Amino acid sequence: MEPGEIHALLGENGAGKSTLMNVLYGLYQPDEGEILVDGKPLKLKGPSDAIAAGIGMVHQHFMLVPVFTVAENVMLGAEQVRGPFAGILDRRRARREVAEVSERYNLRVDPDAVIEDLPVGIQQRVEIVKALTRDVDLLILDEPTAVLTPQETEELLTVMRSLKAAGKSIVFITHKLGEVKAIADRITVIRRGKTVGTAEPSASRDELAALMVGRSVRLTVDKKPAEPGKPILEIAGLVVDDDRQVRAVDGIDLTVRAGEVLGVAGVQGNGQTELIEAIMGLRPTLAGTVSLDGEVVNGWSTKKVLRAGVGYVPEDRSVDGLVKEFSVAENLVLDIYDRPPFGKGLSLKPDAIGKSAKERIEQFDIRTSSADAAVGTLSGGNQQKVIVARELSRPLKLFIAAQPTRGVDVGSIEFIHSRVIRERDIGTAVMVVSSELDEVIGLADRIAVMYRGRIIGIVGPDTPREEIGLLMAGITPDTATPTADSPANEDEA
Amino acid sequence: MSTTAVPEVAVTAVDEGFWTRTRKAGAVLLALGVLAAVLFGALATGQQARFTLSETEGGAALEINGTIGAILFGVIAAAAGAALLAGVPKRWFTLLLGAGLVAFVLSFLCWQVSAAPEGRNFMPLVNVVRGTFILALPLIFGALAGVLCERSGVVNVAIEGQLLMGAFSGALFGSISGSVWVGLVAAAIGGAFISLLLAVFAIRYLVDQVVMGIVLNLLAVGVTGFLYERLMQTDAAKYNSAPRFSNWEIPLLKDIPLIGPALFRGNIFLYLGLLLVLVIHLALFRTRWGLRTRSVGEHPTAADTLGVKVLRLRYRNVIMAGLVAGVGGASYTLALYSFTKNMIGGKGFIALAALIFGRWSPTGALLAALFFGFADQLATYLGAIGSSIPSQFLAMLPYLATILAVAGLVGKVRAPAADGKPYIKG
Amino acid sequence: MTNPNPVSGSPDKEPATEAQEARGEARATPTAPAGDTERQVPATATKQPAAGEPRPSLGKLFLDNLWAANTVTVTVLAVVLAMLVGAVLIIVSDPEVLATYSYITARPADALNASWTVVSEAYANLFKGAIFDPDAVGFTAVMGPISETLTYTAPLVFTGLSVALAFRGGLFNIGAQGQATIGVILAAVAGFALPLPPGVHLLVALIAGALGGALWGFIPGILKARTGAHEVINTIMLNYVAIYFLSWIIIQGGVQNPDRADAISKPVDSSAQLPRLLGDNLRVHAGILLAVLATWFIAWLLNRSTLGFELRAVGENPDAARTAGISVTKTYVLVMATAGLLAGLGGSNMVLGSTANALTPLVIAQIGFDGILVALLGRVRPWGVLLAALLFGALQAGGNRMQSYSGISLELVTVLQALIVIFIAAPALVKAIFQLRAARAARLQTSLAKGW
Repeated sequence: MEPGEIHALLGENGAGKSTLMNVLYGLYQPDEGEILVDGKPLKLKGPSDAIAAGIGMVHQHFMLVPVFTVAENVMLGAEQVRGPFAGILDRRRARREVAEVSERYNLRVDPDAVIEDLPVGIQQRVEIVKALTRDVDLLILDEPTAVLTPQETEELLTVMRSLKAAGKSIVFITHKLGEVKAIADRITVIRRGKTVGTAEPSASRDELAALMVGRSVRLTVDKKPAEPGKPILEIAGLVVDDDRQVRAVDGIDLTVRAGEVLGVAGVQGNGQTELIEAIMGLRPTLAGTVSLDGEVVNGWSTKKVLRAGVGYVPEDRSVDGLVKEFSVAENLVLDIYDRPPFGKGLSLKPDAIGKSAKERIEQFDIRTSSADAAVGTLSGGNQQKVIVARELSRPLKLFIAAQPTRGVDVGSIEFIHSRVIRERDIGTAVMVVSSELDEVIGLADRIAVMYRGRIIGIVGPDTPREEIGLLMAGITPDTATPTADSPANEDEA
Repeated sequence: MSTTAVPEVAVTAVDEGFWTRTRKAGAVLLALGVLAAVLFGALATGQQARFTLSETEGGAALEINGTIGAILFGVIAAAAGAALLAGVPKRWFTLLLGAGLVAFVLSFLCWQVSAAPEGRNFMPLVNVVRGTFILALPLIFGALAGVLCERSGVVNVAIEGQLLMGAFSGALFGSISGSVWVGLVAAAIGGAFISLLLAVFAIRYLVDQVVMGIVLNLLAVGVTGFLYERLMQTDAAKYNSAPRFSNWEIPLLKDIPLIGPALFRGNIFLYLGLLLVLVIHLALFRTRWGLRTRSVGEHPTAADTLGVKVLRLRYRNVIMAGLVAGVGGASYTLALYSFTKNMIGGKGFIALAALIFGRWSPTGALLAALFFGFADQLATYLGAIGSSIPSQFLAMLPYLATILAVAGLVGKVRAPAADGKPYIKG
Repeated sequence: MTNPNPVSGSPDKEPATEAQEARGEARATPTAPAGDTERQVPATATKQPAAGEPRPSLGKLFLDNLWAANTVTVTVLAVVLAMLVGAVLIIVSDPEVLATYSYITARPADALNASWTVVSEAYANLFKGAIFDPDAVGFTAVMGPISETLTYTAPLVFTGLSVALAFRGGLFNIGAQGQATIGVILAAVAGFALPLPPGVHLLVALIAGALGGALWGFIPGILKARTGAHEVINTIMLNYVAIYFLSWIIIQGGVQNPDRADAISKPVDSSAQLPRLLGDNLRVHAGILLAVLATWFIAWLLNRSTLGFELRAVGENPDAARTAGISVTKTYVLVMATAGLLAGLGGSNMVLGSTANALTPLVIAQIGFDGILVALLGRVRPWGVLLAALLFGALQAGGNRMQSYSGISLELVTVLQALIVIFIAAPALVKAIFQLRAARAARLQTSLAKGW
């Protein structure tokens, strides 16, 4: 890193960018290797060492106390005190400092505003102010634009330029090509924990996209061409908020037909999670309709949706998919435990559950010491197979799989993929949501790319991956039709 | 991208409708006021309701005809409710609600006092105010102990045990040494002993804090009860005759009418308690320690990234809480009574209620403690004038009020975000 | 940060799966949370020796396993530790014994002998009062201690089950005391106010008590489901509301015993009394049979019913339960009502059994709070709760004898109970004290912490 340089760290989700930077900030300890500052090796025992060494970081999840004011957040840990008794906070000085920094770098914030009342973009600004008041020379911004609106992003880029002009170095972690090209002086691309290349901002988008997504690991899935039948899932004008009441799904129209796989590609956090949860009745819809096989299912309970013939593999298996303390057998009936033959009235039929578990373990090649072992003791791949086995063991109209192979070994990936295709071939409508572009390309018959809560494009699986990569980054090249909801585009695939 | 119509749809979804919190509170208050005016007014007698500014029947007094008073104050309460219902600026909310509730209580008192038998139809305000504060004392200390703990993210259900241990060791060591000051220090250490156990098990061994609090309460009941029977009962003169703090009169303040004789002619623990409320309030919101404490209770990870030593701060605060609660225990044994088995009798849990009702702030806790103390004192008073209102129902009041508060019916109660969650680095 | 891997090491499983768990843990170790260092070691302790290594003798293996930190070992050692602390308390609170310590350097034997005498006598009486007195002659005297133990055990089983059931559903029921209070009120009132034939009368009284408890559990349940109000706060508050309600209702006309001036109700009719099991001279009554029945039923409910499946799923992972279509809010209400029902039955036992036959302000003693300890000691499993209640019942019964024979106050029992649970709750501490080989951490499922 040079002084006054903006260095972009580019890579897909999970490529290791954030981990690297957390090591640099002293939050994680490196297993091997060392960090050099001004040519000298630096040992960071904790964040305070990093701050002392002039390194500041804006975390992806803000490290702000929501009920504190801006000034309080800024002074925390480096409080100025005054008065006859040690320890009286000098709020006036803190406020002045905030004001000064805001002024100098053109970062307008109200020092007395309470954090939780501020929009995300301003909160981020507070984080930057917080770092700047600590006189950092090197500022790490971890995915700073992930949560920002385009206008806020534009403002952030302006701020970064002014910081650069003031001689600060910035590490800018992102997966968005456009921003990188707009601001970076130098670009390092990371993939699977390794540096795969360094580029100048003059490099073309195609080059960068190629570096970022790579070509080598393309998974092939054997499949026949799809024979789409009637529409099973029809979504029209769907609007959903996330947990913080921020718009996550912003008017989506989508159709999945029987016997086809619709892949939903997109960088995580662009509304995919909320879209699926709305379909499953786990999240209220604010507008629009979701219909299943011609029947509107808005407002149905999750149980009713499941019973109507929807299979669901949630994206975070350890949080939403499995009860880790439960046995494999119990997890295999987690959503059908009260249906014959597993349950009758109030009573549970352990024999039937055990017997069915043995069959599933066999069929789905689940590697476990026994059906009674707690699911938490299984490897990630086998845990995922438990969920897939559970959901594919009943007759389905629609199968929704979110991140079906995240954190799963290669063998299990192939197996899960083949089961997904098999499900398609028996006439189930399948929707696969994944941030792994390879997976989407490998499985899907049509690919819908989500960006900021909208479908930015629907393309065929033979579309060049660079083009899809650009769509994921919110850039619609001239070749791709940017309209998601034109019927012509729907039929294209 | 023809979805421009969408955003407006969602924005309207946030609308709370007609029944905002203010309106609901207003409706309840209106109903209470009407009830008071009609029911209390009908039940009250034409006797004068006298509120004397002394400890006895004599002296200056505020007087009002019972029936008129009950109806008048009921109408005032109803008016305050109606104003809230009609929709007033937000800043008026607390004021109107407070005024309405006070009017309701006054209406109730007019009925009760006027309906009391001849010769007892007066309320000595000095006694009532003093009793309120004295009964609130253990609650104040206990709730402050809760504030110190919970603001830094450790749930303190062991207040009861800390008070009890403080009372016990104050009595024991005060008796043995014959010095109130030794007793006071011992009481503080006794309380801190329980909170040290809480800290070690909650922070070091990650035991659930509520579980630990409950168990520590039982431990304190057991240990003090056991030693009471073994030592204090066999030789009360040696082990359970602690000297008492003599009354300290505060010059000037003691001459204020009503307040002076009620508060400033006696109990040193009362001064200490009020002083502590002030000190802890200022410390919590004005000092470096306070800022860090609150940050650790709200978002320990953020505090950690800024170099705040989360665990060390939690240890320190929990132990300080024990010291405070221990002194609160001593307010029994070094000022009022000799030690008896389980003498705290659930006050620690009312202190917890006061803490929650006071929204985890020292001043809020003080007000809540005074409210609960007043309910307690009122029960005693009503018993003395032979009222038909069962004292047990007044005694329930603090608990019921807390349930309503937690359920969100009386404003929003929010605990420190990280309260009860162990902090594990990494 | 908020829920640091509550998964591994939770004892909250069926015993059958535990062995596999232990092995599974070895593989799962790398995922164990930082800061929980005692669990990093276990892999080696239980792993079968590799084929090439010399096989250790069976005896050594047995000892190794015995000294490994499994549930039973930790429990036994916790009891031992608690007794040791209790012994210290007995010694320091005995002025005569303490006096011998003033010249301990001169004649250490005096101090040790005196200490040994007072402690051993106390604990011997504890044993004799709880289990068996070798000097006893005759059926009544021989069976006396067991009868007393079972009498004290019965209500604790109910309240212990109440707390344990709620725990399994992810809720902390501190309100067993209040639920038992409402239960005892309704049971007693039904017991003396309704003119019913024997048998039916008892049944009606039990149902009344159960419903009273269920109502008192339902309130925090519905508040939790509807408003998210924390059940810990609400159950604590409701405990006191119940206590004041009890002290009020006792002195009401129609309830208060007309022959007495103090706060005591009319006695329960004999037609509503639980029958005694071993004749009129021994106090043990049918309540203990009901307790075993309840244990069996709760065990069935938890492990063999769809309701129990939902409850456990919600308790272990509410997110996954919701995703699988289980209604979390409905489950919370149901769990609390059922927990209250159990505690209400426990309360009913206190007045329909032989402990008392009329309401007094202290009629249910501490059974609700003791139930929390029992549930924790029983590792929140039904049959474990039964055993823990037996231990606590024995301590109570023995404590009575210790009090009257050795003059050691009954409070020592409370101390012992609290200490046992403290040591159980922090197995890492017990292991550190005894240098246990760390096998599977017998950790309590106490990671319920969700804050207020």
